Amino acid sequence: MGYRLSYPEADELFRKLSAEYEIYAPKLFEKQGRYSDTDIVRYDRVKRAEEIVWDRKSDFSAKEVVSPITQTIFYFTEDEYRESRTGAKKLLIFLRPCDINAFEHQDKIYLENGGIADVFYQRVRDRVRFVLMECTEGWDTCFCVSMGANRTNDYSAAVRRDENGLLFSVPDPELAPHFAGNREEPFEVRFIEQNDFTVEIPEIPNKDVLNKLKKHPMWQEFNDRCISCGSCTVACSTCTCFTTVDKIYDENAHAGERRRVAASCQVAGFDCMAGGHEFRTTAADRMRYRVLHKVHDYKARFGDFHMCVGCGRCSARCPKFISFPATINKMAAAIKEIVAAERQ
Amino acid sequence: MNNPVMPKPHQILDIIRETNLEYTFRIETDMRPQHGQFFQLSLPRVGECPISVSNFGEGWMEFTIRSVGKVTDQLFSLQPGDELFVRGPYGKGWPIDELRGKHLVVVAGGTGVSPVRSLLNKCAAEPDFVKSVDLICGYKNEDCILFRPDLRRWAEKFRAIYTLDSQVCEGWETGLVTTHISKVPFDSFGDDYAVIIVGPPVMMHFCGLECKKLGIPDEKIWVSFERKMSCAVGKCGHCRIDETYVCLEGPVFNYTVAKDLLD
Repeated sequence: MGYRLSYPEADELFRKLSAEYEIYAPKLFEKQGRYSDTDIVRYDRVKRAEEIVWDRKSDFSAKEVVSPITQTIFYFTEDEYRESRTGAKKLLIFLRPCDINAFEHQDKIYLENGGIADVFYQRVRDRVRFVLMECTEGWDTCFCVSMGANRTNDYSAAVRRDENGLLFSVPDPELAPHFAGNREEPFEVRFIEQNDFTVEIPEIPNKDVLNKLKKHPMWQEFNDRCISCGSCTVACSTCTCFTTVDKIYDENAHAGERRRVAASCQVAGFDCMAGGHEFRTTAADRMRYRVLHKVHDYKARFGDFHMCVGCGRCSARCPKFISFPATINKMAAAIKEIVAAERQ
Repeated sequence: MNNPVMPKPHQILDIIRETNLEYTFRIETDMRPQHGQFFQLSLPRVGECPISVSNFGEGWMEFTIRSVGKVTDQLFSLQPGDELFVRGPYGKGWPIDELRGKHLVVVAGGTGVSPVRSLLNKCAAEPDFVKSVDLICGYKNEDCILFRPDLRRWAEKFRAIYTLDSQVCEGWETGLVTTHISKVPFDSFGDDYAVIIVGPPVMMHFCGLECKKLGIPDEKIWVSFERKMSCAVGKCGHCRIDETYVCLEGPVFNYTVAKDLLD
């Protein structure tokens, strides 16, 4: 059974929840888009249900709530390190199935990889509860169905927006009491079953084929097209890479902070070591590195799923209109070609 | 909560000037890393960088650092008595059990001598650890020679070939380390040997090819990788190659794995 809330009722619910939760959702920022007179949708705190943007895919993903583009991890005073502090409230994040599935990959890297949990991620992630935004249509850049990321059971509440307001289902007993007393109405979450675009997920049978694929001419195209700006990785719901940067305060060189800043494998210098040696020196090298991570390397390491969830934000944000799903299809074709040549 | 990326201060006991560009920093510590592991060296307000342990003993540990980056440049202004922040040890070191009792061949170039230095010292100090050591150690030129006192000691204990890339210098061979590998008496080892290759990426690549030419099986070869790292605990992503994280599975790899790791 679900609960039917009008917008005023939802606002009242949000107000009550705010004692215990910070509510994050995709929100419109007018005139803050990349081009003049365009808006942007990104995650931020919302106080009222009407602030939540439903009719557009958020330009940036929900990952920023837990691992912001830039965050202070340590403060220094002279030679003392102090860990930065974090809030105590729980975080309620409104997001779509692909984004919830993306968090599974974020968790793998930040909490599990190497058997070490990252403190700065975990201290926020532990407080997160998901509110699934029902998503049955998607957008033209979506390919979540191909990636198997169109469904999830991992949510505390699910919500549908229709002409009468919001319809919630609340499986999480921790959250359910907050909804009690509202009008009950049957609600079963639906998931998208088909996107406009279908991707052929390639299987790379062995290291030999993998290394031949790395040298395949298909990547050369990106030397002409990709400008190595890193927009794709910033928008990506599963990219986790970061760099650590120390800052000294202008007025006092004895005080400063250590920051964790999002890093992009698409930007030159990502692999550049002290002394200047670099391994991936072209846009084609870097594109190949990213694509293979998303649809091969990650799965080879962790087993279950490819890293990419098909949210399509990378394609939507690319200033050069490089389509990620189209690139995966090209890669699938290249792999077939390599495998066929080996059989001969 | 115990934060794995929180660096801890250690007093600098000594700073040894190896060359104009390379200093060895000895810090006070009870930590006992594996041979070939690395630490993140951290300077508050400057940054962090991964540096391999170049030697360690009772109560101390050494890092040999080349002044080539923002953090390393700043390190060179430190004095004995100052504090150096470190966190670690990280990664997998040389496979001690695989090497024990075998004939050991070490091919090292430039700063690549650092990650294998403590292991060579172990071989020199414990004659029973390996059957024999063949050491090929190369530097660019006379000004780049590291660990001179060790080199002298090692020459007494091991079959050692010391070479400079292009400079002719008394007591030194001339030519890249690659050109000297064939001088190692592999025929007399039977099946009972292991080869360590460590140095700049290009050097390791060509040494690998040379070993192949000499018929050395890949599984007998061990290498150590150097990559950019920010966290050293498998989070930041900089050192990843395919499904492998150099900070976690490396920096030491068997060549059967390493030869397929194309960045």
